[in-house]
Amino acid sequence: MLSDKDRIFTNIYGHHDWGLQGALKRGSWDGTKTILEAGRDWIVDQMKASGLRGRGGAGFPTGLKWSFMPKQNDGRPHYLVVNADESEPGTCKDREILRHDPHHLVEGCLIAGFAMGAHAAYIYVRGEFIREREHLQAAIDQAYEARLIGKNNVHGWDMDVYVAHGAGAYICGEETALLESLEGKKGQPRLKPPFPANVGLYGCPTTVNNVESIAVAPTILRRGPSWFSSIGRPNNVGTKLFGISGHVNTPCIVEEAMGIPFKELIEKHGGGIRGGWDNLKAIIPGGASCPIIPADQCEDLIMDFDGTRAVKSSFGTAGVLVMDKSTDVVRAITRIAYFFKHESCGQCTPCREGTGWMWRVLERMSRGEAEKREIDMLLQVTTQVEGHTICALGDAAAWPIQGLIRHFRHEIEERIDLYSRNPKPVERQMMEAAE
Amino acid sequence: MSVRRLASEQPESFVFTPENLAWAEKQITKFPEGKQASAVISILWRIQEQQGWVSEPAIRWVGEFLDMPYIRVLEVATFYTMFLLAPVGKKAHIQVCGTTPCMLRGANKLIDLCRERIHPEPFHPSADGMLSWEEVECLGACVNAPMAQIVPDTYEDLTVESLGKLLDDIEAGRPIKPGPQIDRHHSAPVGGFKALTSPELYDGSMVGQGVGLQAAREAIAARAAAAEEAARAAAEPKPAETPAAPAVKAQAEADKEKVPNQVKQNVPASDPAVRPDAGKKE
Repeated sequence: MLSDKDRIFTNIYGHHDWGLQGALKRGSWDGTKTILEAGRDWIVDQMKASGLRGRGGAGFPTGLKWSFMPKQNDGRPHYLVVNADESEPGTCKDREILRHDPHHLVEGCLIAGFAMGAHAAYIYVRGEFIREREHLQAAIDQAYEARLIGKNNVHGWDMDVYVAHGAGAYICGEETALLESLEGKKGQPRLKPPFPANVGLYGCPTTVNNVESIAVAPTILRRGPSWFSSIGRPNNVGTKLFGISGHVNTPCIVEEAMGIPFKELIEKHGGGIRGGWDNLKAIIPGGASCPIIPADQCEDLIMDFDGTRAVKSSFGTAGVLVMDKSTDVVRAITRIAYFFKHESCGQCTPCREGTGWMWRVLERMSRGEAEKREIDMLLQVTTQVEGHTICALGDAAAWPIQGLIRHFRHEIEERIDLYSRNPKPVERQMMEAAE
Repeated sequence: MSVRRLASEQPESFVFTPENLAWAEKQITKFPEGKQASAVISILWRIQEQQGWVSEPAIRWVGEFLDMPYIRVLEVATFYTMFLLAPVGKKAHIQVCGTTPCMLRGANKLIDLCRERIHPEPFHPSADGMLSWEEVECLGACVNAPMAQIVPDTYEDLTVESLGKLLDDIEAGRPIKPGPQIDRHHSAPVGGFKALTSPELYDGSMVGQGVGLQAAREAIAARAAAAEEAARAAAEPKPAETPAAPAVKAQAEADKEKVPNQVKQNVPASDPAVRPDAGKKE
């Protein structure tokens, strides 16, 4: 178990002052000037050496991403955009940073902005986080007041930090959709290339980072990359905020070492599975888009990027959703399919039509009102959606369904058998076409 | 995607209160010159706070205010699902999260309660017009599931009983307490903390401990020495007296051109003044 002194977010439960005075006492803004004085290249090198992988789900190395920003200025301003549009079901870590430890993020914006030559940062907070955005804005105001950021601040690098917000669109968590939204448009993803590092916000070089990736940066630089990379396994280093939800005795957010065994995470922090370990049916390891993992593979599961990949799932944002044996797993995935149907932006046909089609079939299957050959048809349709869209929402909608069929095909078949033995006219839910 | 249309009955006109107008004008200054459209979501949201929903005249007003075509504002208002396009309950609009993490912990029972107590259909105000409800997608408080939002606060760790009590209190005009509705501190586990219990995290002893800062100082010193060396080599007989300027200041000077708002944002990126390299490849 990670010891308290190695935890970065020491006020994640909000039991101390989240304001500037409390943050200073916990070590934020400590030696920031020294870090900046060491130079842009030094910071990027240290971030690369730390092995930090982006905490937004894709796990792209953060230092490398920062280094993609043009070194030479061609006249266009550079922008740092922080993705606080946390909407993946099962994920609720950034919320705690925003409302209880916001100064980590504000300091991170200054350092990251300096490292990529940006003088302005926009933090795009999801619309529903109203109180969170008030806390964040208050923290930014405190930092301006203390001249930690802003024009002519004590650190010698002009940096403006602004809070912007969305209004309830999951797709705006996709980086280019977020930029569209920030420009005042519908959040429909852009084709890449050009990548945001060349043509991003307002056509200027932009880096989009997750809240957690930016918020851990100051502490990594303060304590040194070797400290960070000594935690966890190679290629999967550092600490990570885990969210434990679903059928555990004590759901919670906790910062733990990468590579913690799933069992240890659940026993130590989640208070165990409801009804004991044997009552576990399956888990979704990192937010709704990650394929489901059945209980027998959870026994030795290591919670990091490679550990979850070994069981054909993905680490995502480490929001673990636990399902015990009382769960109707087909219904659970059907609800996820509905989520993606609801959140598809409607730009690409395979996703707009496919997400609705897949949901409608699953809705019937979860009642058993289907034929067995439709299971293969459904699987085949998921592969037609996956990889055929501008952004990854199509993939994200396909994976949970593929995971369901891979591991719980027998449950769907049993349900179909049960229904065909005794077909009862069930009240059909309205199945409107995905318009 | 979800299909959203404007309400059939619309008010005649829309006027922002003077305070909100001043606030909206301030929002525009967050963004570079000519990019005022970026403020559209926050202004529409403020409209919803003022009139309870987003009406068609308000959408037209925003178009004029931000110098945007009406259709672009309409697109935004119908794309983002937090914008209510028809009036809802006067006292509260209850948004129950129904996505899988909340569903697994009993959100469907909460929705049944809303159907029973408020209206069988979402978005329809109750008989007295005071309450309405809807099922929303994940609100990002999964470790406190099941939960509901009554803008601006969230009400977490709900049961049918505690939601029922919330509805009672709202109807009776009694104050309600946001956050977890059980004995629990935010997102910490029920029954007490299992992490972050060491007092030395909070007594200031964590300040100035970083080995990374030491490395930074060494990097600065090494660079200063190198700069001094170079200066000495350049001006051989005269030893360089002036210390190397702090790197940060130097970088700030070099990048001065990049400060937003100093660059003309309304000039297209293809303009040779903005992109000196543009067109060279052709």
